[in-house]
Amino acid sequence: MTAATLYAILGGLLFCLAFHALVVAGHPLRRLLAVNVMGSSVFLVLVAGAAPGDPLPQALVITGIVVAVAATALGLNLLLRLAAPPADDTTAAGEAGE
Amino acid sequence: MTVTVLLPLLVLWPLAAGLLALLLPRGAGTTLLVASAGNLGLALALAADVATTGGGGHSVGGWAVPLGIALRADGLSALLVLVTALVLPLIALHATAAYADAERRYFAALLLLFVTALNGLFLAGDLFNLYVTLELLGLSAVALAALGGSPAALLASLRYLLATLTGSLAYLLGVALLYRAAGTLDLLALAGQGPGLPGGALAFALMVAGLLLKAAVFPLHFWLPPAHANATPPVSAALSALAVKAPLYLLLRLWLTVFDGAWPLVAELLAAIGAAGVLWCSVQALLQTRAKLLVAYSTVAQLGYLVLAIALVPVAGATAYGAFALLLVSHVLAKAGLFLAVGNLARRARHDRIDGFERVVQHMPLSASAIALAGVSLMGLPPSGGFSGKWLLLQAAIAAGDWWLVAVALTGGLLAAVYIFKLIEHTFGGSDRPEATPLPRRMEWAAFTLAGAAVLLGFLAQPMLALLGGVP
Repeated sequence: MTAATLYAILGGLLFCLAFHALVVAGHPLRRLLAVNVMGSSVFLVLVAGAAPGDPLPQALVITGIVVAVAATALGLNLLLRLAAPPADDTTAAGEAGE
Repeated sequence: MTVTVLLPLLVLWPLAAGLLALLLPRGAGTTLLVASAGNLGLALALAADVATTGGGGHSVGGWAVPLGIALRADGLSALLVLVTALVLPLIALHATAAYADAERRYFAALLLLFVTALNGLFLAGDLFNLYVTLELLGLSAVALAALGGSPAALLASLRYLLATLTGSLAYLLGVALLYRAAGTLDLLALAGQGPGLPGGALAFALMVAGLLLKAAVFPLHFWLPPAHANATPPVSAALSALAVKAPLYLLLRLWLTVFDGAWPLVAELLAAIGAAGVLWCSVQALLQTRAKLLVAYSTVAQLGYLVLAIALVPVAGATAYGAFALLLVSHVLAKAGLFLAVGNLARRARHDRIDGFERVVQHMPLSASAIALAGVSLMGLPPSGGFSGKWLLLQAAIAAGDWWLVAVALTGGLLAAVYIFKLIEHTFGGSDRPEATPLPRRMEWAAFTLAGAAVLLGFLAQPMLALLGGVP
């Protein structure tokens, strides 16, 4: 077994683990973390699939990380607004859109 | 203008306008209206160009595939860009009256970003850019759904976010497997290769599962009703009409090009979940006591018809392909109109309990008529677009020898008639209520125009099918 195949299989296992965590986790924050781990597992499979000297998978993973950061920020913001007391609602609404 | 200019402009124009709307808080409403009009002009030009030339592509910035971004248009993508552009100005018009200043700014920016993602998705030519546009679409849709700010809306948006991210990542894992096997992400280079690649079946299964979750197709629809029903009316209209259609478009395109309509089991599974979705979710719609939840379940039921049409394309060919396009376009118009109209009633009544909409027709004739007209298309009565689409779907089912699908499609139509009459009964009947503050007229006209367009669409079925062309 080559290193690349091993990484791809590990990526697949990690994806299944993260999906399991997403389904069974109770708290939304844990679910958001599970989605993050799931994203990393996909990046692992992408990089493992790269031929030597092929720049494309790295470019894809960098784009994927940017998307994951944005999605996590949106999720955390929603979580914060859900947890905030109703009195702070107007300031939270202002910050959420920036 | 040629395709080479139009394709990048259709992505750049709404993106630039969305950023401008954020920078100009006072002029956000005007920006949204002007941007919608411009987007409609671009979409019409693209449709005219595709109708004469049959479509084309463009590598953005002169960078060729694999590192560059390829944009392509054919009949189906031009049609979907056009219907998005047709709905947008009316939702924008409704929104300029529906929101206060601060909310309008974020709505305008997010809606234009949402349209950027839709246009990009319909025109993208490779698997990875399709992933990026899918994520952009999901993130802007979640942010739009959270705009109302109520705890119920926030919680529904969070569930929506988790569902949409999971769907995108399943799709991306499929893309990673395909890239590993084929060494390219370009849709044209991959055409017909999918079934022969090692791991091709697994990649396809992951992509289909992810897209069905993102499209809220039964039984993966759990996140849609709370998210769409708790959003503000213009947002519900945009999400229910457009957001859930894009993943289905992508599913059809992937299956037809990369996987060449392979595996009869896929068609059978899609037909089964489509049929189950039509029946189960129509009954669920019927059981709802809140109007917006009824309309949201109706969306999931109508998505079932689209999945049925997709399932029939490999066997019935152009008939099922046409059914998919007509059903999709008529549902976009009818559902946008229905959500805006129900939103108008709910705003006036300050609640959306169906049994509380008594005699509202006396005060809001346009919104009440919009519900009836949208209902005509959802039930599939002539001359509506829903009728033409369902007619083609029945023909495709008969051509494929699937008589049980004919029974499902007709039962779904009957159930739609019952749940629409449930809405209409309370809207047109009941005891009189004291006069409340009237709504701005444009909110009613926007809903009425959309619903009316869905009914008149039946007369435009031929030109639409001509633009669509044959199965790619």
